[in-house]
Amino acid sequence: MSSAITDLGHHHAHDEPKGLARWLTTTNHKDIGILYMLFGLTMFLLGGVFAELIRVQLIHPANHLVTPEVYNQIITLHGLVMVFGALMPVTAGFANYLIPMMIGAPDMALPRLNNWGFWLLPPAAIVLVLPFILKLFGIGNGPVDTGWTMYAPLSVQGGLGVDFAIFAIFLLGASSLMASINIVVTIFNLRAPGMALMKMPLFVWSWLMTSFLLIAVFPALIAGSAMLLADRHFGTHFFSAAGGGDPVLWEHLFWFFGHPEVYILLFPTAGILSQILPTFARKPIFGYRAQVYSYWAIAALSVVVWAHHMFTSGMPVAGQLYFMYSTMLISVPLAILFFCWLATIWKGSLTFETPMLFALGYIVLFGIGGLTGLVLADAVADQQYHNSFFLVAHFHYALFGGPIMGVIAGVYYWLPKITGRMYSERLGKLHFWLTMIGFNITFMSQFFLGVAGMPRRIPDYALQFAPLNLVSSLGAFLLGAAQLILVYNIARAWAGYGQPATSQVWEGAHGLEFTLPSPPPHHTFDEQPVIA
Amino acid sequence: MSANTAATTRRYFVPKPSPYPALLSFAIMLLAIGLALRVNGYPAGQWIAWVGLASIVFALVRWLGNVIGESEGGFYHKWEDRSFRLGMIWFIISEVVLFATLFGVLFYERNVSVPWLASLDTHFTPWPHFADAWPTAGPLGKSFATVNPWRIPALNTLLLLSSGATVTRAHHWLKHDRRGALIFWLAATILLGVIFLVLQANEFYEAYTELGLTLGSGVYGATFFALTGLHGFHVTVGVVMLTAILVRIVRGHFDPSHHFAFEAVSWYWHFVDVVWMLLFVFVYWL
Repeated sequence: MSSAITDLGHHHAHDEPKGLARWLTTTNHKDIGILYMLFGLTMFLLGGVFAELIRVQLIHPANHLVTPEVYNQIITLHGLVMVFGALMPVTAGFANYLIPMMIGAPDMALPRLNNWGFWLLPPAAIVLVLPFILKLFGIGNGPVDTGWTMYAPLSVQGGLGVDFAIFAIFLLGASSLMASINIVVTIFNLRAPGMALMKMPLFVWSWLMTSFLLIAVFPALIAGSAMLLADRHFGTHFFSAAGGGDPVLWEHLFWFFGHPEVYILLFPTAGILSQILPTFARKPIFGYRAQVYSYWAIAALSVVVWAHHMFTSGMPVAGQLYFMYSTMLISVPLAILFFCWLATIWKGSLTFETPMLFALGYIVLFGIGGLTGLVLADAVADQQYHNSFFLVAHFHYALFGGPIMGVIAGVYYWLPKITGRMYSERLGKLHFWLTMIGFNITFMSQFFLGVAGMPRRIPDYALQFAPLNLVSSLGAFLLGAAQLILVYNIARAWAGYGQPATSQVWEGAHGLEFTLPSPPPHHTFDEQPVIA
Repeated sequence: MSANTAATTRRYFVPKPSPYPALLSFAIMLLAIGLALRVNGYPAGQWIAWVGLASIVFALVRWLGNVIGESEGGFYHKWEDRSFRLGMIWFIISEVVLFATLFGVLFYERNVSVPWLASLDTHFTPWPHFADAWPTAGPLGKSFATVNPWRIPALNTLLLLSSGATVTRAHHWLKHDRRGALIFWLAATILLGVIFLVLQANEFYEAYTELGLTLGSGVYGATFFALTGLHGFHVTVGVVMLTAILVRIVRGHFDPSHHFAFEAVSWYWHFVDVVWMLLFVFVYWL
């Protein structure tokens, strides 16, 4: 197989553009993967700045750092930027960089479409935050301020920021659909001979399911957003009872997309975990088939449980019961994933390098997110917890504790492969422990705030919530500062400092990407390897 | 890259770096910003949108020009062809979901939200006299008449069904390399599509001027124009794509075994056809 792993002086290597033009015009999956990841990191930092602003505002009661209007804009953009700007692009970056190498493909199946999928993202981000700048010129009153869920009728009545958010969603949707189609086609058509579907690394499987979900649900959000635009400007009554419409219809459309979106964020990082745990446990993955079937079960269930986000919006009892039980049913395949991970590391020869630490942190934190999700899924209990800080804490355990921890684990795991340099293990461990401590201080206190009755999305609060809010804010500053270590570690390896990485990088690593040099040549597997 | 190396070593064709995808993205951004400003009453937005639209057309023409050049240059073989087929299938699946969402909206309105609104306790609802009915303009909407399905919509159904048959006929003659018959049946398909669009535009005009059925006619009007309008947009795109294929055929492109662009457009056309059948039944008729 090693004969296939050479850069064969690709036919057009000599006429490839340099500098900015290279990145704008590239059709190379590794270049595009890196673009996605850098864009995701940038948006992670921007969304992080918004998060810190929220916590500064809430550090003590009656704070006047920002006006309530600006506070609403900040919480909305924090959500949209983190979900659509940071997490989705960065996992798509992993997909682009890794999937062709993992399945022995020369590139993604549709390389120009791949480039288009990425380059739709910076324009979408610009469209989303442009109203900040327009406001300075006296146009409009700033960006979207409805909360990231953009519920009608508030979003029907909001300012022009809502329109910019709607157009940003169109661009993001087109980008996600193009990327997903490309990934499905690549997996179906470009696998190396002998790379059967059930031999694919679980990361590839996880992205196949992610792509299916995106194709199945993103069009619903696009349609809903177009209806919202029409209600705002073209006189329709989709979400207005005066014309026979229904504001709750928007919630249905949004959450038909929004709930599977949780798994769209989760799947790729579950796949990352299933690459990392066997490496550092020095054991093969436990329950490969069970995990693949769990992906299928989770994906199938995720599109029929959306209204558990709407228990407090009003729904017949039969609907509440159905959505409650079907939601709880998802914990069965998710638990199978968890137990497969635990069985993978059970009695392994464990070492605790940074990727492994973040992977184990993922299991702990996402476990808490999942268990508190069961509480919220209870239609009766949810009446109490919904719209309180309990819910905020829950989904940060689910989305930071899961996907973001998984992404960081993946960054440390493949950074040596991508840059050819090891990161600083000492700083990596420091990053992990500060993240773990900062995160739990920030969000564990929010569970208590929520149970005590503090509502979310309010820039001020009653005096009895002050001590825990101070704790939460201090935790958030620690958590935010810790992420600068990640930036430094990436920049350091990128700049060529640190120990050179070997091809295999990690002693226990397996998979086609670890048969290639670190960093891999620009074009790999021009001639496909044959998988025994 | 020369065509013969690709043929002999089973190398996948990876196109050269191209400026058009990024150009297209930023053109779409201009269109988005322009439209967002325009709908909020800033006339400058209109000009930004036009610049964006012109750039979109430019980028698409150049990009597709490259694709056609590569196709005619013999760079695509069975392997690449399979990618295009899978890509088109999954694209159409995403379109199916888009229309399914709107049909879901129609179902929700007719069977859930309108009946609920009519069944609220009369002491608590602002509209105690609102009755469950379909079509409806809602409690405060102006009354309107609906389009008679057995006049223009039925004729349109016939036209689109026939166009599905003619495009299949054209494909048949393409496979038998009979250019004259191919051009005749493809042109007939385009003509049927254009007549459909003219009749549809006329129907919209009459809905507005004679029936009082507008976008503002409650949920019925909104959903009616959303579904038929989105479908009409797809027919328009289909007609443009069929015309591009016709121009390519006149220029001598494609051969009996190598004509995926034709097939992709015909799949799309059949998809639009099937959507119309559902529209006719659930929007116009029932």
